[in-house]
Amino acid sequence: MSTILKIENIEKYYGNRSNLTKAIDKISFEVEEGEFVAIMGASGSGKTTLLNCISTIDRVTSGHIYVAGLDITKLKGNKLNRYRSHELGFIFQDFNLLDTLTAYENIALALSIQNVKTGQIGKRVNEVARKLDIQDVLQKYPYQMSGGQKQRVASARAIITNPKLVLADEPTGALDSKSSKMLLESFNHLNKEFKTTILMVTHDAFTASYASRVIFIKDGKIFNEIRKGDKSRKEFFNQIIDVVTLLGGDLNDAL
Amino acid sequence: MMLCKLSLKNIKKSFKDYTIYFFTLILGVAIFYVFNAIESQTVLLQTKQSTYDIIEMMTQTLSAVSVFVSFILGFLIIYASRFLIKRRNKEFAVYMTLGMGKRKISMILFIETIAIGILSLGVGLALGIALSQLMSLLVANMFEADMTNFAFTFSKAALIKTVIYFSIMYLLVMIFNTVQVSRCKLIDLINANKRSEKIKMKNPILCTIIFLVAVMILGYCYYKVSIPDGTSSSTVKDIGIIIALGSLSTFLLFWSLSGLMLKIVQMMHKVYYKGLNSFTLRQISSKINTTVFSMTIICLMLFVTICVLSSSLSIKNSMTANLKELAPADIELTKKRNIPKELQEDYGYTDGQIDSSYKTISETLEDLNIDEEKYLTDQTTIHIYTDSSLTYATSMGKTLDKMKKMYPYLDYTSPEVIVKLSEYNKVAKIFNNETYSLDDDEYMVIGDYESMINLRNEALAEDTPLTIFGKELTPKYKEVKNGFIEMSSNHITDGIIVVPDDVINVADDSPQMEEEYMIANYKASDEKTKEEIEATFTNPELNDLYPDITLEGTTRIAIYDASVGLGAMITFIGLYLGIIFLISSAALLALKELSESTDNITRYTMLRRIGASDKQLNRALFRQIAIFFFFPLLIAIIHSIFGIKFCIFILETFGKDEMLASVGMTMIFLILIYGGYFLITYYCSKNIIKEKRL
Repeated sequence: MSTILKIENIEKYYGNRSNLTKAIDKISFEVEEGEFVAIMGASGSGKTTLLNCISTIDRVTSGHIYVAGLDITKLKGNKLNRYRSHELGFIFQDFNLLDTLTAYENIALALSIQNVKTGQIGKRVNEVARKLDIQDVLQKYPYQMSGGQKQRVASARAIITNPKLVLADEPTGALDSKSSKMLLESFNHLNKEFKTTILMVTHDAFTASYASRVIFIKDGKIFNEIRKGDKSRKEFFNQIIDVVTLLGGDLNDAL
Repeated sequence: MMLCKLSLKNIKKSFKDYTIYFFTLILGVAIFYVFNAIESQTVLLQTKQSTYDIIEMMTQTLSAVSVFVSFILGFLIIYASRFLIKRRNKEFAVYMTLGMGKRKISMILFIETIAIGILSLGVGLALGIALSQLMSLLVANMFEADMTNFAFTFSKAALIKTVIYFSIMYLLVMIFNTVQVSRCKLIDLINANKRSEKIKMKNPILCTIIFLVAVMILGYCYYKVSIPDGTSSSTVKDIGIIIALGSLSTFLLFWSLSGLMLKIVQMMHKVYYKGLNSFTLRQISSKINTTVFSMTIICLMLFVTICVLSSSLSIKNSMTANLKELAPADIELTKKRNIPKELQEDYGYTDGQIDSSYKTISETLEDLNIDEEKYLTDQTTIHIYTDSSLTYATSMGKTLDKMKKMYPYLDYTSPEVIVKLSEYNKVAKIFNNETYSLDDDEYMVIGDYESMINLRNEALAEDTPLTIFGKELTPKYKEVKNGFIEMSSNHITDGIIVVPDDVINVADDSPQMEEEYMIANYKASDEKTKEEIEATFTNPELNDLYPDITLEGTTRIAIYDASVGLGAMITFIGLYLGIIFLISSAALLALKELSESTDNITRYTMLRRIGASDKQLNRALFRQIAIFFFFPLLIAIIHSIFGIKFCIFILETFGKDEMLASVGMTMIFLILIYGGYFLITYYCSKNIIKEKRL
């Protein structure tokens, strides 16, 4: 198994010298191919900043991030766009689907940006739709779909380009519990069957319990890390809750 | 005080949204000032009295047009400000949740409007005063006055007028704003940004049917206005109906195309799923659904602009070009001759007038105490004869039916004008026209009014023989030859029949000799003496002193002044309306586009996140805005091709040789103003969607 993501001692500071906020304070970790990693933390702990740095939406102050061996903190211009479109898949809390396009067109757009031949687009869209069980909503517009359907369409858009890494930012944040469960089950399915590497940010222990490893962040530092191993999801969930209790503070409120 | 600060900060903050609005206001103010200041500029010109009369008429017309223009600008400003307010719903929602009353919010808007109003008036007037200096050059050029003593002109009246008119407009804006604010509900304001716009797909079959219907109606309208024979006199009468039909079909065209365009491109998978094309197209079609109406308005406004600008510019050009050709002598006197006693009752002639009509022009001048030898030289006389058996009806031969259709109001029983060849040749010589010779049994036709000439040519081509004063004559030429005997500013000679001298065997006091023309030049070597002689002949007191003498005439100077003034007036009004229309339509589009870009920030950020490059995004944005700007322009240009054809037909007497140049001028205006708005819109939108790095 090879390392997909390698984060080396990264720091991210906000503000000026007199009033410095360390959003990320020397974090290092690695993600292997085919892993499903959840990052947990209270609001303000720096988890979203971490995700923004990995997705190149934000720049690190120091340190390096390697994706499949490539240092993405050094990327600029077109290489950056290429990295975003070829290596990464994004899933957002608020779906970020284009409301003017149908589900099919939303998914196809990710391919057409990469200038994929039109002949292939249809085949690949239908294939990914089958994986995520959204064939029957393909011709609908976002406003005609439920939240869970929208998020699965967004997921389909994120994985259709066969990215090395799928980044999910609070993917269940805007979903009810039933839709959340269905979405997470699809994530699991993608991870198990198609070896999709997923890095997910959440503050919800239930969501995190679907991952194979959970990294806890507090005040910009890694606080703890637990692996699921052979445990059942229920046992893993209880273990997460224990750590959250240990973490104390705000995260409790999120439960 | 706090409100004041808030308002000014708001303006600063939303300057991106306001740029185009502000720009348009400044242009509006400047143009309004420039055209109202023309009066003060003409005062400075050293021109003759006759020109003054026309200038006065022109300024009066311009100020009437200004009222119309202020309506257009008023609507534009109110529309634009409503638009900008809608965009700020979220901001108002924040104020309201903080407990700010509606009255205070209105107050904020009130202060904003005042600030923007004062600023735009100030900058606009400054620009207007600067531009009006350029305008005075144009004015001088139009009236062909010398501008050796260039002076800085400033019109206080125009300034005050501009301030008053725009103050009224801003006041109306404030009232509308207050009404709008007082109507809002907090819940609507908060949800304003969350509108999940329903995308309605139109039924493609219905769209196709409507599209075909629209094309058919348009085709019918185009056909009606562009076929200049037979039907076209009815076209002039029905032009209102045709314009209404054209507008309706333009609306239907936009409506159906907005539905069809997407469907058609969607079927072309290769194009649709290439790069960001699907996104761009959806962007356009999602908006075009809601903007069909304004697109129609903009398209029609552009159409009017193109037609008005190009025909008004061409009128001035061809008028000036015509003048040298059409007024070749200094003076032409006309006298009705030999009025028979029997007609006295019918036409109400006095005894004196009838007696006087038996005298020649020379004798009449003597009666008027004007010394012909002292003032005139190169006198040339020509008489007009009529033969009651020779009317339009007989001379037109078989083409009469066609002519009746084209000119239904013409009296076909009125006799044709006949002149002697030798007399015509003398006139032709002084007018620099060609002279001719005829055999004993030949006649020829002279004229310069094109659509009549075309009809006559058809009659001549058939060798229509005519019996004139009892003698049968055949046409020497199969077409009408160019020429005229009456000086005027336009081509108005619809046909004069020239016959050999021998044919006209008419006594000097016979009623068949209807009119006498005397063409002459002034005996003067310099402009001053010329003007003195002109004053002697055009002295208005003569009419009162000698009521029995019916001597009429026209002079080169009179024709010139009237024509120059009319040309200038038409040009100025055309320019004024054209530019205002152009600005209004471009500003409407630009505002719509820019406000959408603000909405689109999230969409573009998302596209960027899934890896679309800046180049792809900018290209998508450019295409989107370009299609929005040039789609209505394209339809407007197609309309204009036929519209201008119709204008040419209407304005035929003014001549049409210069049309190409004026269409070129119009295009320059279009490219400058419309293109300018397009570029500003594109760069502003590009700025709005630019990636903001934290």
